[in-house]
Formats: sequence, structure tokens, C-alpha cells
Amino acid sequence: MTTRIGRLFETLKHQNRKGLIAYLTAGDPSPLRTPALVAAMVRGGADLIELGVPFSDPVADGPVIQRAGERALKAGTTLATVLDIARQVRAASEVPLLLFTYLNPVLRYGLERLAADAAAAGIDGCLLTDASVEEAQAYVETMHRHGLDTVFLAAPTSTPRRIKLVAQYSTGFVYLVSRTGVTGVQESLSASVAPLVQAVRAVTGLPLAVGFGISTPAHVAELGRQVEAVVVGSAFVHLIERNAGSRTLETQLETFTRELKSGFGDSA
Amino acid sequence: MTSQPDAGGHFGPYGGRYVPEVLMAPIEELEAAYLAARGDPAFQTELAGLLRNFAGRPTPLYFAKHLTETLGGARIWLKREDLLHTGAHKINNCLGQALLARRMGKRRIIAETGAGQHGVATATVCALLGFECVVYMGEEDMRRQRLNVFRMRMLGARVQGVSNGSATLKDAISEAMRDWVTNVGETYYLLGSALGSHPYPMMVRDFHKIIGEEARRQILDAEGRLPDTLIACVGGGWNSSALKPAGAATRWASTRRAIAAAHRACCKALTATCYRMSTGRSPSPTPSPPASITL
Repeated sequence: MTTRIGRLFETLKHQNRKGLIAYLTAGDPSPLRTPALVAAMVRGGADLIELGVPFSDPVADGPVIQRAGERALKAGTTLATVLDIARQVRAASEVPLLLFTYLNPVLRYGLERLAADAAAAGIDGCLLTDASVEEAQAYVETMHRHGLDTVFLAAPTSTPRRIKLVAQYSTGFVYLVSRTGVTGVQESLSASVAPLVQAVRAVTGLPLAVGFGISTPAHVAELGRQVEAVVVGSAFVHLIERNAGSRTLETQLETFTRELKSGFGDSA
Repeated sequence: MTSQPDAGGHFGPYGGRYVPEVLMAPIEELEAAYLAARGDPAFQTELAGLLRNFAGRPTPLYFAKHLTETLGGARIWLKREDLLHTGAHKINNCLGQALLARRMGKRRIIAETGAGQHGVATATVCALLGFECVVYMGEEDMRRQRLNVFRMRMLGARVQGVSNGSATLKDAISEAMRDWVTNVGETYYLLGSALGSHPYPMMVRDFHKIIGEEARRQILDAEGRLPDTLIACVGGGWNSSALKPAGAATRWASTRRAIAAAHRACCKALTATCYRMSTGRSPSPTPSPPASITL
């Protein structure tokens, strides 16, 4: 099974360049606008889009993404709405899509039903932030049966035993958390990334992406030397929050995406 | 429902571990530390001493004469957990977990609180044992429970208002989790109810089972028999969990049933749980009369 995610990383390797993964909360500021925001990020050079499912109690996220979730929920966004957004994005683009969600909305929707509907909507994989590898077997089997990738998080605090399991359950790529803490913008990057990259490389040949706290081209440059892709989330969401009422929001998103991508330099 | 969780912390279809990966290693560390402490006589002796001399255990089992006469039915006995230091049973769990935090070498304790009772109990044990204490509380709850906010501050705790979401308990829990995720090295999260990831529900249940053990001994002394019915209120669930310690099925053998009377406001959220615990079937709307839980 190779999804658009797997093919993306093959292409990146082939072309000797790095990938930019862009997160946004689907439905923020409204479900109607999300497809155009995704299109702007893709025009700016985003290689993969993480569609965040808004959730009322996002314990792994910082205040920026929490506020985005509140706005999206207020605008009536449900998991079904997010799938509909994915369908619209897929009708216009072949950009790989990763569904980024907490477990509760998935349990409400039904695991089997979600896997089937997500695959039909053109989603390529799923990341469940609060599904530990211990609880993940049924989820992983169901997603794989429907041809979807399962991306898991490895953290600086993960023990060698857990890193092995994370690598074993992940397909597509492994998502490394740059630091202990929630998502959000930070000034400089934790030195804990390098040992984590080394530990994960030791147990898997899968591509690695690093996320949490990445907000500038300099961050992208620094991390691009160590891994195959870099994830930017809160910085995009913050831009959307500040400019939700602006007619130039899409242009600004596109420009910011291009700026971040320039951090990779010649390897982008 | 089973009394002891399996290795993954599941109580039947419930429980388990659903937390972000950054918390998994600390949670494994917590479980290992707790299991070691549970089996350590020195830990249990120190806890028993504090429960007796600091918290005020055992609490009386009191015969409610007027209530019994007025209602004209059952002989009603009250287990007076309200007479404990800080005014609620919360102190049982807080003492146990704070001793565990000290054993783990943590210097800072965080907690969430709704009405404020757990926050007050946490602030109290932190003052006793010398921990820095931060209590997360929804701003809506802070307005409603100003006296408890005052008590926590008087005890040296920092009360951190939470304005996110509905500004109530669930948002305070999310905020405390974020603090823990960020400061996990030095910080112990003293969770106040039978919720969250394994091993918390097991720990909270263990630290409260003394209520059920005392009550059983006391009713046998007083009446020479076990009661026909046990009644406990359910909010977050730890009170009723206290009556159901390991081996309860045999120890309360002649008690025909136990009723967990849930506060109406909690019913909506708890209906599914109560009802499934009781019947194994799908939930109906707010139960009336309250759902009964087989102990």
C-alpha cells in the first residue's frame, strides 16, 4: 500500500529536497473557507496538509489551536464537515491529506465508518494525538484495511521500548515532537530533537517529520538538515486568526508558506 | 465491572491510557512508582499515620435518628466524611498522592478543581509537605466558589484561572494537563477524581477504599450485620468507587444493592456510564429513579 503520503516522500527523496507540512484547523474561521485556505498553502509550496478536526478539550494543543477549535466548533464544524472539506480539496488537488484528530470525535463517528468515509473523501492517513500505541491495534488495523496511513508521535520523553512500537505502528512517516510541551510558537528549538532523530532512525527507515514550536524559516532551515519534513501548525493558525476578516488572508497564507519553504534553501 | 484493572488499566470496557505521547513515559513512571509505594510498608505506615493524626480518621458512622424516624423505613447510618480536615473525603487521596510525589522526588504539585474542595485539600497537603502548589480552576467556578479560592490562596497555593472553553472543570483539567506536559520533569499532577489515564483511577480508588473498609467494620460493630443498601453520591465518581474496593463482592456479600445517586447536573454526563455499569445495555435519558450500580 502506498498512499499519496508515501509517494510524496519518494518524490522528495528522488528530487533531493525536503517537505513542508502545513497544519490548519478545519472549519476555522468557517467550513466554507477551509478549501480556499488549503489551496493557498498548496500554492505557497506546502507538500502535505494536516486537516485538524476541532475538539473541545485539546490537551495536546496550546491556546492558539484551542481557540481555532472553539471557532470551528462554533461555526458548526463536525468530523463529517471535515470529511466534506477533504472531498472538496481532493476534487481540486492531489496534495496528500492527513487527518489530525483526538480520539473522542472518532469514537463518536465510529472507527470503521470513519476509515471508509475518509478513504472515500480522498484522505491519505490519520494521526490520533491521544491514541497511545498500547490502545492502537484496532485503529491501526482498520485504517490499513482501508488503505490509510497511520502516523504516530514520538516524543523526547519516549522510552526506547515506546519508540520501537511507534515506529512499528507508523506508516507514511513518523512524527517527532520537538520538545515536551503542547503545540505552539516558540523562539528557539529544543536541543532534544537531535537525540530523538537518532533514536528513531535506529529503529526505522521511515521518513521523519518534526513538529511543535516551528514558526520561522530559520527553524525550518535548522530542522531541515536533520529530517525529511518539517511541520508548521500554530504559526499558520495564528495568521488565520489575526486575518480571518481580511480579504487578503489567502494571499498572506500563500506568502507565509513560501517564506517558510525558503528556509530549506536549495534543498526545497 | 471488575474490581482490579488489567495490565493496561482497563476496568472492563472502560479505563486504559489515552494521552499524548509526551505523557506516556511519565505515566509509566508514575505507575511503577505507585506500585512500589503500594507494596512498601513504610509508605503505608506514614500514610496511615497522616490519615489518623492529620486528616482525622477514622470518621464516625453516625445513626441518623431523626431522619430514620421521619422517613419511617430503613435505619439510616451516615458515614461522616464531612468531618475530615478540609471538610471532605478528598484529603484521603491527596495525602496518598502527595506522599507518592515526594517519594518520586517532585518539588511541584498541580491540580484541577471544580467546586474547590479538591483544590483546598491539595493546597493543604502541599502546605503540610512543602510543595509548590498550582491549582487550575475555571473562572466561572472561581466566581461561584470564592470562599474556596480564598482558602487555597491562604494555604499558599496559586489559583490559576482558566477562561478557555466553558471555563469550568473540564477546561481546568485540560489546562492542568498542558502544564504537566510542559513541566513534567519536576511536576506531579495530583488528579482529583476517578478519571484520566491509568493508573489514576486505580490510585484514587485505592486511596479512598479506607472509607468502605471503615464503614463495613463500623456497621458490623453497631448493628452486627451488613446493611441492605449502600447509597453514595456520584460526581466525578471517586466517592462511589471508594465503596467498591477489591474483593467488595464478598465483603459486602449480604448487601443486596448499592445505589449511586447522581446529582442531577451530573446525570446527563454519567447516564451512559451508570446505565451500562448497571445493565450492560445502551443508556436511556436521565435516569429516574437514580441508576443502581451492582457492587
